[in-house]
Amino acid sequence: MKLCDRIFGSPVGAKMLMALTGLMLTGFVLAHLSGNLLLYAGQEKFNAYADGLQALGLLLWVARGGLLTAFVLHLYLAIKLTIENKAARPVPYAHEATIQATFASRYMVHTGLLMFAFIVYHLAHFTFKVTSPEIASLTPGDAYSMVILGFSEPVVSGFYILAMAALATHLRHGVSSAFQSFGLYHGNLNVVTDKLGPIVAAIVFFGFSSIPVSVLMGCLK
Amino acid sequence: MDVTLHVWRQKNAKAKGAMEIIEGKDISENSSFLEMLDTVNETLHSKGQEPIAFDHDCREGICGACSLVINGEPHGPEYGTTTCQLHMRSFKNGQHIFIEPWRAKAFPVIRDLIVDREAFDRIQQAGGFVSVNTGSPQDANCLPIPKHDADKAFDAAVCIGCGACVAACKNASPMLFVAAKVSQLALLPQGQPERESRVLAMVDQMQKEGFGNCTNQYECEAACPKEISVEHIARMNREYLRASLLEEAPKAGHGGD
Amino acid sequence: MILDSKIPSGDLADKWEDHKFHMKLINPANRRKHDIIVIGSGLAGASAAATLGGLGYNVSCFCFQDSPRRAHSIAAQGGINAAKNYQGDGDSVHRLFYDTIKGGDFRAREANVHRLAEVSRNIIDQCVAQGVPFARDYGGLLDNRSFGGAQVSRTFYARGQTGQQLLLGAYSALNREINRGTVKMYSRKEMLEIVLVDGKARGVIIRDLVTGEITTHSGDAVIMATGGYGNVFYLSTNAKGCNVTATWRAHKKGAGFANPCYTQIHPTCIPVSGDYQSKLTLMSESLRNDGRVWVPSKKGDTRAAFEIPEAERDYYLERKYPSYGNLAPRDIASRSAKEACDAGRGVGPGGLGVYLDFADAIKRVGEDGIKKKYGNLFHMYQKITAENPYKSPMRIYPAVHYTMGGLWVDYNLMSNIPGLFVLGEANFSDHGANRLGASALMQGLADGYFVVPFTLANYIASEKLDKVKTTDAPFTDAAEAVKQRTQKFLSIKGGRSVDSFHKELGHVMWDKCGMARDKAGLEAAIVKIPKLREEFWQNVNVLGENENLNQSLERAGRVADFLEFGELMCQDALHREESCGGHFRSEHQTEDGEAKRNDEKFCYVGVWEHKGEGKKAELNKEALEFTDVKLATRSYK
Repeated sequence: MKLCDRIFGSPVGAKMLMALTGLMLTGFVLAHLSGNLLLYAGQEKFNAYADGLQALGLLLWVARGGLLTAFVLHLYLAIKLTIENKAARPVPYAHEATIQATFASRYMVHTGLLMFAFIVYHLAHFTFKVTSPEIASLTPGDAYSMVILGFSEPVVSGFYILAMAALATHLRHGVSSAFQSFGLYHGNLNVVTDKLGPIVAAIVFFGFSSIPVSVLMGCLK
Repeated sequence: MDVTLHVWRQKNAKAKGAMEIIEGKDISENSSFLEMLDTVNETLHSKGQEPIAFDHDCREGICGACSLVINGEPHGPEYGTTTCQLHMRSFKNGQHIFIEPWRAKAFPVIRDLIVDREAFDRIQQAGGFVSVNTGSPQDANCLPIPKHDADKAFDAAVCIGCGACVAACKNASPMLFVAAKVSQLALLPQGQPERESRVLAMVDQMQKEGFGNCTNQYECEAACPKEISVEHIARMNREYLRASLLEEAPKAGHGGD
Repeated sequence: MILDSKIPSGDLADKWEDHKFHMKLINPANRRKHDIIVIGSGLAGASAAATLGGLGYNVSCFCFQDSPRRAHSIAAQGGINAAKNYQGDGDSVHRLFYDTIKGGDFRAREANVHRLAEVSRNIIDQCVAQGVPFARDYGGLLDNRSFGGAQVSRTFYARGQTGQQLLLGAYSALNREINRGTVKMYSRKEMLEIVLVDGKARGVIIRDLVTGEITTHSGDAVIMATGGYGNVFYLSTNAKGCNVTATWRAHKKGAGFANPCYTQIHPTCIPVSGDYQSKLTLMSESLRNDGRVWVPSKKGDTRAAFEIPEAERDYYLERKYPSYGNLAPRDIASRSAKEACDAGRGVGPGGLGVYLDFADAIKRVGEDGIKKKYGNLFHMYQKITAENPYKSPMRIYPAVHYTMGGLWVDYNLMSNIPGLFVLGEANFSDHGANRLGASALMQGLADGYFVVPFTLANYIASEKLDKVKTTDAPFTDAAEAVKQRTQKFLSIKGGRSVDSFHKELGHVMWDKCGMARDKAGLEAAIVKIPKLREEFWQNVNVLGENENLNQSLERAGRVADFLEFGELMCQDALHREESCGGHFRSEHQTEDGEAKRNDEKFCYVGVWEHKGEGKKAELNKEALEFTDVKLATRSYK
């Protein structure tokens, strides 16, 4: 029980849990991305991949459960820590300045909130299909067409790209920072961990954004 | 040179404070920042106004008493420098300078620019020591310590306890301060017997004091006048995890036979 | 005044061990019944409070800083001496003892100094056990460097911040006791009066610097570890808060003040640059291990340092003292610098500076090698002067640094007021007329860790100490006096600030009672200071009120005491018609300008007794007897 207190209740434990859940979510994002990139392999392959996912059955639900837990914990800790952090400085500085903190690190809460809004929309858009009647009326199982149709609307694509920019900013700080939280910030290791955030951020941004861009440019039909 | 100061004035802990504009005239650019305040205070005094209260003592950058946030940066714009070692040549003639106290709930303002930093003492009292009685320990050279470890421990031990890390942190977190002590003793053989209990007790106390949480923005490292690295925070995180896993429930005391 | 030094009989080397055995002890279970008051939390105060707390006494410790960790011991740079002989270069307890006695110009007590040399070894063991990160060599063993006045390497160091590391060690020991509940720490509290009951020190009056509240505290003994009085000069290397108030208050209650004229002027400080200057910054003596001191040979040479060829430089310490060279003791190095500047050969603004040149050392070990050893000092120099000491030599000038004089104490570190123990720089005991480098840290910790815990127990066990209550008259009277004095400062409402008086006093002290003193100057000062004091009490203006944190009010009390103390210092300097160590009387010098002692007439400790407000203090003498060393003219040639 003590260990539980230490992990959930202490500032260091919370930091680590934040990092752990963050990395789990990052893992999901990267897996999601690699799946999405199958779009470039054609309609057949992509739909087969989507079917394959559905066929996992119970395993899929376990994964979804894990993901949901990580997501809820990440969100819960973010809210809790933000409230505590705000309370720790009741009187703000009249003259604020930043010495070396990155833009990404300073706006984690904002990019995080943007991500939350995006996820709600994204689920409504593609999973529950409540945002547009065209998507809802497609043949079930044709995920490929759903993506093409979904992204042929420039405003929607624009919002997706914006959201990916927010996600990339979030990861740019989050991924490197997770290693520091685990205590893996040390000598030569830093060379790797310091760059990991920006690298993951770049992969995620360009990887995901390429899809709506390709659709709009007509490369994916 | 002349400067325009925007200074936080507050009579006591209970009074409401506000920024006040005070002109600093004929300041030597070779004077230190605190000497500039001395000069301004003499002028205020001659006008029958109460001088600005600020903490200071050694004025050579080691006691850790001085503590001003200058234009939003703890200890001002120079890297690795305390306010007392900051000189007016770092500022421009006619510049507006904002001077504020450390801002944190755990560091309540006592007067003007002076805050109460006893929270730091209490964190150290919780476990920042090696339990050794005064007496006859073994000969000092019976305990060889690899130079590399000793140097690393020293890098952490240079902390002057000024609180700039808290003032700089967007969340008012004292992690760098706590980590410096935990890290110093974790790196040395003398610190090993109490390695686990120390980090747990110090982090517990830190939490009780109402500080914020670390979000790895490293403002503390940039503001630290002694240039202590955030690597020590990483070490503390490791130590904390390790100690949490190894921790056992306390057993009842045993009075001896 | 009875001055019984209580030096134990027996061989010098056995005195302390014998004495320890013969002193009375207090049973561990009884110790918690005894309240001990410790004033000051520097090396001496923190180490004493921690050790006594560890032994089980009920300790209250007070400091005026916001945390005990900020006491000015923290600023000591160079190191701490100990007769460990780890370098195998011929060091021993006896050699450290002899060097210290000789360094002090034969004006210290043999028995005290020998004890200091003995326990010096325990200090290093104790500090290492606490986790103090001393410098080590590649084999993992402790490293040493040399310091002035010694031909062996016995100085342990922690980069250029040994004082900080030692103080943090003592602070951590103190924290452990606070955690265990044996020590109660009071920060931002200033001691303003000592309370005597039946002639014994039984308590103190404390002012809370935040709320202005006056509180009374009682105990079985009072320990004062309140540092030196160097700030009587206004400009010194001391922290701004250092003051004489605690010891002066005790003096006015009957404690003898010994050798107040013995002040140490440190040779390597950054020169004064203007009126605005609030303090002077020391550059560690350790720099003289690698730096060479010189001035131009020609008078009024205004060329830049690099333009002056080797042949036209005077490395005067190497020339005058070939065997110690740049590592001549502090008093000698300081006077030589003054001599060079007085002869018009000084460098920098006003000609008040000499060069400390690292060019040779940089050639030998490279800039990096120098950086490793002295990086923080070079950095500090650059910050203050905006000059790069790696490229051009440092400019240095002597500045007030340490005061050897202090409250008189016996061998047990107890003043002539029973129950009042005085430790560290606040007492007079170990350094004679001049302190060697790296010996202040040694003395502070020796007193606190290894001497007072024994002698205090002996006192408590031997005396019959009746219960006292803080509601008794001696306490309430003293508290009332403190309140009235505080109100007095606030009610004068004159035209001058406290600082302006302090600066003026400082000028007088530096001019008349500084590096060189003479009869006429001292007599003039003795006339001037009382006048200044009188003006202070009529014309000082302290704004604000007592109930809020009021830094002008704090300083007013300290400056008022300095204004009384300064006069005593001049009086002592005037009476001591000889030159010894830090006390240099121009009338008493050899033909080549060295100090000329007068052992026949002045081989004693001059102890001043307060005779009442407005009355002249009375001189008492404790004769110094030397059995193991022969009095000799100090030579570092």
